[in-house]
Amino acid sequence: MATTVIETRPDVLIDFDKESQGDVRTEEMLINMGPQHPATHGVLRVVLRTDGELILESVPHIGYLHRCAEKIGENLQPYQFIPYTDRMDYLAGMNNNQAYAIAIEQLVGIEVPERALYIRMIFAELNRIASHLVAFGTYGLDMGAFTPFLYSFREREMILDLFESACGARLTYSYINVGGVHDDLPDKFLDVLLEYLDYFEPKVAEYNQLLSYNHIFVKRTANVGVISAADAVGWALTGPVLRGSGVNWDLRKSTPYEIYDRFEFDVPVGLPGGSEGVPQSVVVGDCWCRYMVRVLEMLQSCRIIRQAIKQMPDGPHLAGKLKNLKLPDDEIYVEIENPRGQLGFYVRGDGSTIPARVKARGPSFCNISILNHVGSGCLLADIPAIVGSIDIVMGEVDR
Amino acid sequence: MTQMSVPWRPRGKVRYTGLSGLIAGFARAIYGMAAPVVRAFPGSILLGAIFTVILVGWAHFLLFEFADNHLIGADSNISAVRGFLGAELTLAEIENGLAVAGAPAPGVLQYAFYPIQFRIVRDLLSAGGILGFISVIPLYTIWWERKVAGRIQSRTGPMRVGGWHGWSQSMADGIKLINKEDFVPDHADGVLFRLAPYVAFVPAILAFFALPFGTYWVFRELDVALVFILAMLGIEVLGVILAGWASNNKWSVYGAMREACQMVSYEIPMGMALLIPVMAVGTLSMTEIGNVQGDGWTSWIVFRNPFTFAAAVVYYVAALASCKRAPFDLPESESELVSGFHTEYSGFRWSLFFFGEYAAMFVVSGLCVILFLGAWHSPLPMSLADRFLGDDLLSRAAKGLFFSGPLWFVLKCVWLLYVQIWIRWTLPRIRIDQVLYACIQYMLPLMMVILLGHTLYELLVPVHGIVWTFFNIALSVIGGAVMLFLVSIACYGYLNRVKLVGWLGVETLPGS
Amino acid sequence: MAPEEVCDILKERFGAAVLDAKLDARRPYVVVDVARWHDIALFLRDDERLQFNMLECLSALDLLEDNKLAAVYDMFSVPVVIASASTVVGGSGCKSTPLLRHHMAVRVEVDRDKPRIPTVSDVWPAADWHEREAFDMMGIVFDNHPDMTRILCPDDWEGYPLRKDYEFPLEYHGIPATTEHTLTNPKH
Repeated sequence: MATTVIETRPDVLIDFDKESQGDVRTEEMLINMGPQHPATHGVLRVVLRTDGELILESVPHIGYLHRCAEKIGENLQPYQFIPYTDRMDYLAGMNNNQAYAIAIEQLVGIEVPERALYIRMIFAELNRIASHLVAFGTYGLDMGAFTPFLYSFREREMILDLFESACGARLTYSYINVGGVHDDLPDKFLDVLLEYLDYFEPKVAEYNQLLSYNHIFVKRTANVGVISAADAVGWALTGPVLRGSGVNWDLRKSTPYEIYDRFEFDVPVGLPGGSEGVPQSVVVGDCWCRYMVRVLEMLQSCRIIRQAIKQMPDGPHLAGKLKNLKLPDDEIYVEIENPRGQLGFYVRGDGSTIPARVKARGPSFCNISILNHVGSGCLLADIPAIVGSIDIVMGEVDR
Repeated sequence: MTQMSVPWRPRGKVRYTGLSGLIAGFARAIYGMAAPVVRAFPGSILLGAIFTVILVGWAHFLLFEFADNHLIGADSNISAVRGFLGAELTLAEIENGLAVAGAPAPGVLQYAFYPIQFRIVRDLLSAGGILGFISVIPLYTIWWERKVAGRIQSRTGPMRVGGWHGWSQSMADGIKLINKEDFVPDHADGVLFRLAPYVAFVPAILAFFALPFGTYWVFRELDVALVFILAMLGIEVLGVILAGWASNNKWSVYGAMREACQMVSYEIPMGMALLIPVMAVGTLSMTEIGNVQGDGWTSWIVFRNPFTFAAAVVYYVAALASCKRAPFDLPESESELVSGFHTEYSGFRWSLFFFGEYAAMFVVSGLCVILFLGAWHSPLPMSLADRFLGDDLLSRAAKGLFFSGPLWFVLKCVWLLYVQIWIRWTLPRIRIDQVLYACIQYMLPLMMVILLGHTLYELLVPVHGIVWTFFNIALSVIGGAVMLFLVSIACYGYLNRVKLVGWLGVETLPGS
Repeated sequence: MAPEEVCDILKERFGAAVLDAKLDARRPYVVVDVARWHDIALFLRDDERLQFNMLECLSALDLLEDNKLAAVYDMFSVPVVIASASTVVGGSGCKSTPLLRHHMAVRVEVDRDKPRIPTVSDVWPAADWHEREAFDMMGIVFDNHPDMTRILCPDDWEGYPLRKDYEFPLEYHGIPATTEHTLTNPKH
């Protein structure tokens, strides 16, 4: 076999006769990346077929964290399943709670009080910031820069303090529940929140200085792992990964759920190099675009929260009883915009209090499925860059 | 309930045996005795240690001064440049020297100095000093790195062990590492696996034996010291490749191969950069190169002409790559290769790699200091010292403190180490192809231009002529300004720390 | 586009292959014939009026009382408009883009005894992993799928966990898969 063409990357042509230069023979090597590997963000296992530093194929293997959450959901009442949802995407527990709560509310037909909607939205956006901070920090780690990680965790810590003051938990909140939120906001919460936003917003500029526009960082991420818009839609990639490919699609804007239609905010999308604030070597859909979409989204979330604080109404925070809801003999599929993409819950009731079928459509699950497509034909060091820019949470990939 | 069974073969804990076991047992014994004492009086021990180090350093200084001026200087047969350590002494010479120096009772002192007439005694003494220094340097560079990294990341770094800012953290870590299990993977090449850490560590020590800390402060004054040190640094890569290959781990092989190609490519611009000062001075002896830079900071080779200036920068970058510091830390890149070549290493052997790495960091910084940054001389010119200071003991001590001496050498090295740490905790890592492109496509051609330019400059531009002086002064001013700028940035940062880091980053940090 | 219109277009094109349509439900869906499903999927994706270019979710259902298994495909039509250099970062949101965003669900039902559905992973690449998951959890075999293996459970796992008549194993390779409490309090 003189030449090999990688199926998914016909533009990369490897001439083994030329590469091997005389009698020095090169061989392909199979190498396991994970499930215990610092760059796979949990227990993802990628089987790499490599030729030296070149990756010919990267096949993701998942399931190491599978807990059959869907089966658990089919044995529990909705309010009991809420704590399991935030163990799926443990970096965005609030958003997961919210998705399942909305699904049940729409299925049963519960009217959620206004105040609860606003509190939910503030917490969902705060959790989006917290989640993107982790994505930003660990992406720095993947690139070998340690310091942004500590900076982002410093800021995330304060968000967790806010969460703790409201619901007592720092990671798995179970705060947003069917029919509203579990507790009302503590005293002076909104003042502290405003103070935090004032502190946080200038920090994003610092992040950009430290990492986003760092020459080495741009060299490592620009034009690496390019996902075209057509591929992104075909593989059903959602969230920052889809927007990084230049597709202007955000469920909060395109099909607003809850009260997102009352706020003004922009949807950052990946832009080609040379646009305003984009380095010259960037291509739409590369790792840098996906990373930058997250950084810009943090600012947009701040904007939404500021508007919500101004509009915050008084009133009850919960729509009466949550337990022993009779689920009608019907089905519903609800999607919301999670920090990682569109988190969908398919719930099917059968007239009892326990759902007959719960199916979670995890955004990370769909997003990571494109890894082999973009991850072949690149270098070994690009695999952490691509996996990091897709930003997966294994708890939700495996459920 | 069924008992949980594991599918792999259970194995017991293996302690170190043989020489390693001896060292480990020794360390354990020392720890057993010292730990309660350290726990009881951490502050006093720190103060006592600092005091003792100063005292020992002072005694050392006096001893060398004495030997220099009274033993060797008295005998015209012995070249002063050969130094105290390289000289052959007889009892008669010692007595003669003591008599010339006007010692009160040469007969008695002669017997007090009896052992130092044997070369092996002198060698053992100074080799012990060097080994001690090499042991302390990584310990405190690691501690310093952790503190600096902590501050860069708005956290504290080690704070507990030993009391004051975790001063004995590295020692505690070392004891922990030595006490760990002796672990060799089942299918690893046992002999090579055990050998590799020494191959990586010993050359770093050997490099120290030819690295002068001051005019006479060198173990062996070699005519080709520069070549020797480069050779030793080159051997170190062998240990890394051995480690990667013997580990029977694909990630380790990747690390080893990356180290090999990185070293091979960066040795070239690094070696060419080191040729520049050699050409400027005309010798390979480090002591002589160091001693021509004694006339204030304008006489440092880095400010001699634009080509030496550029060569110093190129050398520093290449040195970063050759001792695999970030952003060139590809051989052990954590997020790509787990830990690269030392993935399978733990405990004592792993710590040997670290000792080797930090010792090599010090050596390349030392080379940079000696060849470009004025060696052991302070920025003040020695002529000033000669004018104002006499030749008595006190004046010589003042000279050593303010004008020239090992203290300045170590200070400059520590500054360069600090810059390495600073870079590591700020920049992301470069990809392997970019590392090689940067070397072959930019640094190598640049270095060729610099080499040629420097040759022509030295040939055509008269020394101390108008052009020569202009560039010398201009570059010196630039260098001074850069240093002042950095200092002022540090001051600005300290004064505006609340505004820059935010209240959280400052108020929760002790000592800020 | 409303679900009714989508259903009409499908009925007009495929006629009897559209077995049923529940358009007044909370989430409208049509039930289609398994044999024509691959053609229908291609049509849904490629037709000018429909353009369901994103397969969002595949939910496998166990309809034990009807002795059937079902796969529900949720599709979206996402307007793909590539941002250009002239667009400011964050721009004007989705308002200016041409809208063809509608949602539709298609249900395919098969016999429990012979659960075989043609794959649509060649139509939507996203279906690849979803179908593997449906196979893994519900035991629906997707014909012509490039790699019809388990995805979440180990390859040698027995049974399909999400089926209603699934019984949990008590042991897996010597690892107990249950607790003492469950053993003493049986519940199925």
